[in-house]
Amino acid sequence: MTLLGRLSWDAIPLHEPIVMVTAGVLFVVLLGTGATVLLKGWLPYLWREWITSVDHKRIGVMYCLLALVMLIRGFADALMMRSHQAMAVGAGKGFLPPDHYDQIFSAHGTIMIFFVAMPFMIGLMNFAVPLQLGVRDVAFPTLNSVSFWLTATGVLLINTSLVVGEFARTGWLVYPPLSERAFSPGVGVDYYLWALQISGAGTLLGGINLVTTILKMRAPGMRYTRMPIFCWTALASNLLIVAAFPILTATLAMLTLDRYLGFHFFTNEAGGNQMLFVNLIWAWGHPEVYILVLPAFGVFSEVIATFSGKPLFGYRSMVLATLAICILSFMVWLHHFFTMGAGADVNGVFGVMTMIIAVPTGVKVFNWLFTMYGGRLRFEVPMLWAVAFIPTFVVGGMTGVLLAVPPADFVLHNSVFLVAHFHNVIIGGVLFAAFAGYTYWFPKAFGFRLHDGWGRAAVVLWVSGFYLAFMPLYALGLMGMTRRLQHYDNPAWQPWLIAAWLGALLILGGIASLAMQLYVSVRERRSLADESGDPWDGRTLEWATRSPPPPWNFARLPQVEGRDALALMKRGEAEATPDPLEPIEMPRNSAYGFVGAFFTYITGFALVWQIWWLVVLGLLAGFATTLWIAWYQPGEREIGVEELRALEPAA
Amino acid sequence: MSGEIADPRHEDRSGGKGDPPGHGEGGPAPKQVTVAFGFWIFLLSDIIMFSGLFASYAVLAPNTAGGPAGSELFELRLVFVETLCLLFSSFTCGVMSIMAVKQRAGATYLWAGLTALLGLSFLAIELYELTHLVLEGAGPTRSAFLSALFTLVGAHGLHVAAGLAWLTVMMGQVATLGFTDAVQRRLLCFGLYWHALDIIWVALFTVVYLYGVMG
Repeated sequence: MTLLGRLSWDAIPLHEPIVMVTAGVLFVVLLGTGATVLLKGWLPYLWREWITSVDHKRIGVMYCLLALVMLIRGFADALMMRSHQAMAVGAGKGFLPPDHYDQIFSAHGTIMIFFVAMPFMIGLMNFAVPLQLGVRDVAFPTLNSVSFWLTATGVLLINTSLVVGEFARTGWLVYPPLSERAFSPGVGVDYYLWALQISGAGTLLGGINLVTTILKMRAPGMRYTRMPIFCWTALASNLLIVAAFPILTATLAMLTLDRYLGFHFFTNEAGGNQMLFVNLIWAWGHPEVYILVLPAFGVFSEVIATFSGKPLFGYRSMVLATLAICILSFMVWLHHFFTMGAGADVNGVFGVMTMIIAVPTGVKVFNWLFTMYGGRLRFEVPMLWAVAFIPTFVVGGMTGVLLAVPPADFVLHNSVFLVAHFHNVIIGGVLFAAFAGYTYWFPKAFGFRLHDGWGRAAVVLWVSGFYLAFMPLYALGLMGMTRRLQHYDNPAWQPWLIAAWLGALLILGGIASLAMQLYVSVRERRSLADESGDPWDGRTLEWATRSPPPPWNFARLPQVEGRDALALMKRGEAEATPDPLEPIEMPRNSAYGFVGAFFTYITGFALVWQIWWLVVLGLLAGFATTLWIAWYQPGEREIGVEELRALEPAA
Repeated sequence: MSGEIADPRHEDRSGGKGDPPGHGEGGPAPKQVTVAFGFWIFLLSDIIMFSGLFASYAVLAPNTAGGPAGSELFELRLVFVETLCLLFSSFTCGVMSIMAVKQRAGATYLWAGLTALLGLSFLAIELYELTHLVLEGAGPTRSAFLSALFTLVGAHGLHVAAGLAWLTVMMGQVATLGFTDAVQRRLLCFGLYWHALDIIWVALFTVVYLYGVMG
């Protein structure tokens, strides 16, 4: 069977009923969706308007959709773990064998960070940043499509591991030596490595794209000090992507060489050094935390200013705090492994640095509070997420500072106290921001609002579910429970774990509410329609165009006269600019991203299973596609003034 | 200056008035600027990728696991010739860029050919050196030091090889498409890329070979 490398029928986990049932359901859903699309004749529309689209708004929406779908996958893993731990005490065995349980916690972490939090934040930035800057697209629209489809390739590859083969049993950061070939001989870690390498390349290209967009493509008059805060946080976040993701690329490449070619970077033998891996992965991993949370801060800044009806309090301090976090985030990585034994001095320095990074974060919290103070508050759903975020994030931040004290960390390291802490900041910070941004910009993307009642239900269920699920873990951590336990024999832990399981069920209700919200909103889109293009009385330029915006966003680029450009226009402080319309050049659709990603997927799959002829074939096909584009990519399409006037009667 | 630059993909129409485009007042920068700027950002990220490999090399260099150390392996004379090839190829690449701007196809091919020749010589010497090490029993699986050495040198070599493939494609583009705006932009990016490989090589020559022979 060398023709298929290591692949054989044994790779299908027929003996694991949970996996097979899940796979069956997935298969039916995918087949059903595919059949519906084909039978209803939607395929040409999907191909033309979405799959080959290079419009930043469409790509942003697809990123968010990908994140929402993967949220369900990642949450299914979480619910299984919570259910299992609620019963696996003493004589109770739970329902997940250790082998499967280990794959689940690894997949949960990997999927939630790389394929939920990342695409959600990148999707929101992709959608909103060019609109807020008052321009027509990102700097490199076709590259943007490539980035998205590479991320989708990573998603597909990691989900392939559910049915064909297995996933890593090593935790979400595949620490060696466990992840070396000697101790993880299967394909699980290989799936991890190639899925992340491929989606990481997409993320890096996206980061380059948005940095260039923000620094080089802004509407006339949009000085740095007039940019909306979300653009500032997007700039900081994408600078971090450009500076941190290459470290991940190098680190994963080294582990790959160890596994495939017998190198000795991180092995037990021949001078390999495991702590080198841990240092490198966190030199990427800590900035990654801020890659996620900085745009989240940006979303909350926009939402809180809008729904307080006031300019953001302390704009300059907010910008400075963002940039300070951007730089400091590279100086704290060692706090993830104080127990490495680097010595008191090193641990002390990193402990202090970690506490220092809490200062600019604190500045932001006070800025949000003072923005709300004395404002005309409207508690719409995005604002509810923001109000839930502030206290939740403060708790998560403070437990983080507790963990930053090295002696305390020696006790709490790898306990569920840590698990509670990072869920506290990632759910309370990033995910709540994702939902706030989703609700806030949805009417801009589709021209109708999301249903209010189901949105409020989602807030209540998510917030209460979060507290019930994770506060017990703080207590359990202090009681000595370590993370990733498939079985435990201390009955005193069980009541807390049952409480945490109930919390997970509430979160399930929250997810169901979000799904219902989407369904009901689409059904009632006429009554929820927003004709104005500015449903929230917004302050920034994305609300200055109609909803959904035309492909070119603005018929004529807005003239920016100050901060909160739209708010100034509404007060009549900015002069109206009846410039004559000019022809617009728009990039044409491109199948390059999709076709290239298809070949990348084939290459990735072949690399996992070591089907070398297919690797060569996939690479050659990808190269040929690139050559095709290099020669035959059509130029831009010009939209003349007459056509523009016909399409934009208001202009 | 309102409305003078109506479209991000147009050249700057403000005639040089006001702030430089892209810095606030003038509106979106012309495409030539955004492409070069974006490619610079990419090169910086590539240099950070190399910094990860350099850091690993620095940590693992003492870990020879009883195998040969750098001072026993490196042949500085050969590496010096290699370095000269690469540095001169940067010069020829620079002349090629000038010829491309002047749209002189014949001269562009000539200097691109010289660049490729020097790049190939560099790769040939590198390949000879690495094969030699493997045959001596100092392959990358021998020790952590050698793993890091082969990876660092190999990653640079792969970049050079990719650059040569790119250069070949670009000459094909000049021949078939002529000096269009897109081809000019790609040649500009290639030049940046090729010079960046030089910078990495200078660091590599210092950190690996010079420090290496010092033991």
